[in-house]
Amino acid sequence: MAALSRPSDHIDSRPQTPQAGVVQPKLGLSGWLRWFWRQLTSMRTALFLLLMLAIAAVPGSLVPQRSSDPNGVTQYFADNPDLAPALDKLQAFDVYTSAWFSSIYLLLFISLIGCVIPRTKHHFQALRAKPPTTPARLARLSGFTTRDAPAQTDAATAITHARTLLKSSGYRVARFDSAGESSVSAERGYLRETGNLIFHGALVGVLVTVGFGGGYGFSGQRVLVEGQTFVNTLLAYDSFNPGRFFDDTTLDPYTLSLDDFAVAYEQQNLQAYGQPIDFTADVTVTPKGEGAEPGVVKVNGPLRTNGTSIYLLGNGYAPTITVTAPDGTVVFSDSVPFLPQDANLTSLGIVKVPDGLAEQLGMIGFFYPTQDKAASGANFSSYPDLEYPLLTLNVYTGDLGLDGGVPTSVYALVTDTLTRQTGGATGVASIELKPGESAELPNDLGTVSFVDNAPAASAAGDFTQSVPRFASFDIHHDPTQVWLISFSALVLFGLFTGLLVPRRRVWVKATARADGTVHLEYAGLARGDDPALEAAVTAVADRHLKLLKTHQLAVTTPEST
Amino acid sequence: MNLTDSALLNSYSLYALYSAMAVYALAFIAFAVDLARRSSAVGAIEAGEVAAVTFSEADPALPAGAAASAGSTRTLERPVLKRPVLSRISARMDNDAALPYGRSSSLRVGVALTVLAWALHLAATVMRGFAADRVPWANMYEFAMTGTLLIMTVFLIVLIRSDLRFLGTFVTGLVLVLLGVAALQFYVEVAPLPPALQSAWLVIHVFVASLGTGLFALGFALSIVQLLQFRRESNVFAASEADAGEPRSALASALRLRFLATLPSSSTLENLSYRINIIGFILWTFTLMAGSIWAEQAWGRYWGWDTKEVWTFIIWVIYAGYIHARATRGWRGSRSAWLSIIGFTAVMFNFGIVNVFFKGLHAYSGL
Ligand code: HEM
Repeated sequence: MAALSRPSDHIDSRPQTPQAGVVQPKLGLSGWLRWFWRQLTSMRTALFLLLMLAIAAVPGSLVPQRSSDPNGVTQYFADNPDLAPALDKLQAFDVYTSAWFSSIYLLLFISLIGCVIPRTKHHFQALRAKPPTTPARLARLSGFTTRDAPAQTDAATAITHARTLLKSSGYRVARFDSAGESSVSAERGYLRETGNLIFHGALVGVLVTVGFGGGYGFSGQRVLVEGQTFVNTLLAYDSFNPGRFFDDTTLDPYTLSLDDFAVAYEQQNLQAYGQPIDFTADVTVTPKGEGAEPGVVKVNGPLRTNGTSIYLLGNGYAPTITVTAPDGTVVFSDSVPFLPQDANLTSLGIVKVPDGLAEQLGMIGFFYPTQDKAASGANFSSYPDLEYPLLTLNVYTGDLGLDGGVPTSVYALVTDTLTRQTGGATGVASIELKPGESAELPNDLGTVSFVDNAPAASAAGDFTQSVPRFASFDIHHDPTQVWLISFSALVLFGLFTGLLVPRRRVWVKATARADGTVHLEYAGLARGDDPALEAAVTAVADRHLKLLKTHQLAVTTPEST
Repeated sequence: MNLTDSALLNSYSLYALYSAMAVYALAFIAFAVDLARRSSAVGAIEAGEVAAVTFSEADPALPAGAAASAGSTRTLERPVLKRPVLSRISARMDNDAALPYGRSSSLRVGVALTVLAWALHLAATVMRGFAADRVPWANMYEFAMTGTLLIMTVFLIVLIRSDLRFLGTFVTGLVLVLLGVAALQFYVEVAPLPPALQSAWLVIHVFVASLGTGLFALGFALSIVQLLQFRRESNVFAASEADAGEPRSALASALRLRFLATLPSSSTLENLSYRINIIGFILWTFTLMAGSIWAEQAWGRYWGWDTKEVWTFIIWVIYAGYIHARATRGWRGSRSAWLSIIGFTAVMFNFGIVNVFFKGLHAYSGL
C-alpha cells in the first residue's frame, strides 16, 4: 500500500530496510548526486525548509524594509548608527530579496519540483492501473462487516451487483472470481492525489508568476490638480518604474484628466469629527483617437482602463500662487501641490521662481485649510476642509541650484545657498495670505498672490471652493495578474480536493457456504486521513443488500404468481 | 441611523457583552468543576485498589487509537498489540477514552451556560454592527468581539458532531481573556469606516480569517490535550511494563491530571486536531488570497511584505509545515502537535501584538 513515488520518509512509505553489508558503499559522483537529490526531495527536507522559511520571514517584520518602508529604514539608521550598518550587511533591510531568504525558498521549490514530478508520473500510472487483488482476510480491515445474502442469490450475482453499485458511486472496480468465492476490489478518491499535485504545481506557478510578473509591467506615479490633464507617456510621469522586460514605446498614449476631487468628512459623530469618509476622483479618460469617457477613481476602487489600473494614492490641496514682477509681468502662476503633514491637512509646499525677477526666488509655504492659533502663537489646522484657509510663505533669495543640471525635487528647497528674507531670525514677518489676497515680496522683488478659485457667485466668507485639490495617482500595468489569479484558484482547488476528498479502497467478497447460502463480507482501507470510512463501508453493505433484495423480488415475483 | 440611536444601541451592546462575559465565567467554572470531578472519579477507581495493570488493560485506546490511522508507524513501534485490538480499529474514534465518563451535571450546566453566553455575545456583536451601520469588525475591539464569537460558534457547531465538551474550560477561558482584553484595552467608540476599509473584501477577508482563527484555536487546544494524553499513556504503558517494580509511583505521576483518563486517546485527539486544522488551513489560504486581492485594489500591489502580510504568511507556512509533519515519518504525533501549538501562538501574536505594536499599512486597530 505504500505509494512508491512518495518520498521514502513519507509516513505511508515502507521504511527502508538497511541492506546488510553496504555500510559504506562507494559512491561515485553520480552516486553522490543521487544521494543528494534523494535528501533534497525527502519529506524531512521539505519540512525543514518550510520551517526555515517561516523563521527567516520573521526578521523582516521586526526591522523596517526598504521595499515597504524606506523612510523607516532611514530612521532606523539614524536611531541605531552602530547596529544598522551591521544589520545591513546581513541584508536585514531587504529580507525578502536577501540571498539567504531566496536560497531557502529556491531550495524549497527545487525540492518541490523534484518531489512532484515522479509523483505525477506515478499518479498517471495509478490512474490506469486496476485496483489491487482482494486481501485474503478482510476481517483485519476497517469497517469490516458481514451480511447474509438473500436466498437464491449466488456469489457471482451478488458480486455483479456490488460491482455495479460501487462503479455507480464513483469507484474504479476490479472483479476476482475463484471457485466458490467472488469479490470486487474498488478504489476511489484519485482526485485526492490529483488535487495534491495540482496544489504543489500551482504553487510553482504562483512563484514563477510573482518572480517574473513584475518584469513585464510598469508602475508610474503622477500628481494631478483638479482641471489638469495627463498623457500616458514616459515623460508625463513624476516617477516611473518599468519592469525589466517592459518596452517604453508600448505605452498607450491615452489622456487622463482630473475633473473634480471630492472629499466627504464626518460631521455628525463627534468621536470621529473630521475623519474623511469618502474620496472620489471624477476623471475623464480619452483613448487615443476615440471619444472621451467619464470615470471614477476611489480608494479601493481603481479604474481599469486601456490595459492599466489607476489607483488613488494620496490627495491634498494645491493653492494657486502667482508671482508678479514689479513691472507687472507674471513670472510664476501655478497650482502647487502641498504635501499634507497631518490629519487636518496642514500642508507643506515649495515654490521656485528661477527666472524673471531680480534674484532667484524660493518660498517654503504652509497651508492651513482651517487655520487656528495655538497658545504659543503657532499656526495649526484644526479641520481638514476649507473653513478658514490661510497660506504662510517664507521667502528665500539666491541660487536655487537649478542650473547645475543636477535633478532636484520639486518638493524640497535646498536653503544652503539661499538667503532667508522672512520669518525665523530675519525679524521680517512671514507672508500670510487668505484666498484672493496679495502681498509685497521683500527687497522690492514684486508681489505674490494667493488666487481665489471660487466661482464669482459664491457667498462672502464661503471658502469651500477657494483652493483646488490635487490627487496623486498610481498607474500600473501588470499583464501577469490573470495568471496569478488562475494559479491561486488552482491552489485553492488543489487544497480542497487534496485535503478533503477521501481516498479509500472498499472490498466486497461473497463466499458460498456448504448449505448453499452466501456469506457477504465488506471492508475498507483508508489511504490518508478518512474519518468517514467506516460509515461508508456500512453504507455500501446496506445498499448492496437492498439491491440484492429488490433484485431477488424482481426475479422471484413472476414465478410465485 | 441618527447618533442618539447609535449611542444607545452601542451601550446595549456593551451591556450584552459584559453579561456574556459574566455568563462565560460561570460556564468556565462549571467546566472546571467537571474536570475536577473527572479527576476525582479516576482517583476513586485508583483508590479502590484497581491495579495499575487493570488500568492499562482497560485502556484499549492505546493500540486502537494508534492503529486507527492506517499506516501509522506507531502501530509497529509499540509492542502493545497483544489484545484483540484489531477488531477495534473500526470502533468509533470519539469513544476510546481509557475510562469513559458520562456527561456530568456540571458539564451539562457548562454547555447550557455557554450557549446562553454565546447568544448574549451574538446580540452584543449584532447591536454593535447596527450601531456602526456596517459589519462589526473594523477595529481591534470589534474584531476581537467578532473573532471570539466565531471561535465560540465553531466550538458549538463542532460539539454537534464530536464530543469535545471537555475543551469547554479552554474555549470559555480563551474567549473570556480575549474579550476582557478587548473591552479594557481595545475599546473604541463607534466611528465610520475610513475609505481604505470601505470594501466588500473587509467583509470576506476578515470574516474568513476569524473563522480560520476559531478552527485553529480548537486545533491548538486538542494538540495540547494530545500532548498531555500522550504523556499519560506513555507513563501508564511504562507502569504496566514495570509490573514487578514500582508501578504505582509511575502511575501516580501519570495521574497528576487524572481527568485525562476520561478523554479520548492521544491519537484520536491528534486526528481530530488535524481535521480541524486542515479546514482552518484552507480558510487561512483563502484569507491570504482575499487579502492580496484587496491589497491590489486598495494599494495597487497584491503583496508588499507589510508586517501584517509577513505574519499571515508565516502562519500559513507553519501550518503547511504541520500538515507535512503529519505525513513525515518520525514527526507524526507529538512533534506535529507542537507545530499546531506554535501555529496558533503565531495567530494570537499576529492579532494581539502585530496589530498594536508593529508598524505597517494595516493600521486598523482604531487605537
Ligand atoms: C512551498 C512549499 C510547500 C508547501 C507550501 C506545501 C504545502 C502542502 C500542503 C498544504 C499539503 C496538504 C495539501 C494537499 O494534500 O493537497 C501538502 C501535502 C504534501 N506535500 Fe507539500 N508543500 C510544499 C512543498 C513540498 C515538497 C518540497 C514536498 C516533497 C518533499 C512535498 C510533499 C508533499 C506530500 C507528499 C504531501 C502529501 C501529504 C499527505 O500524504 O498527507 N511538499 N503540502
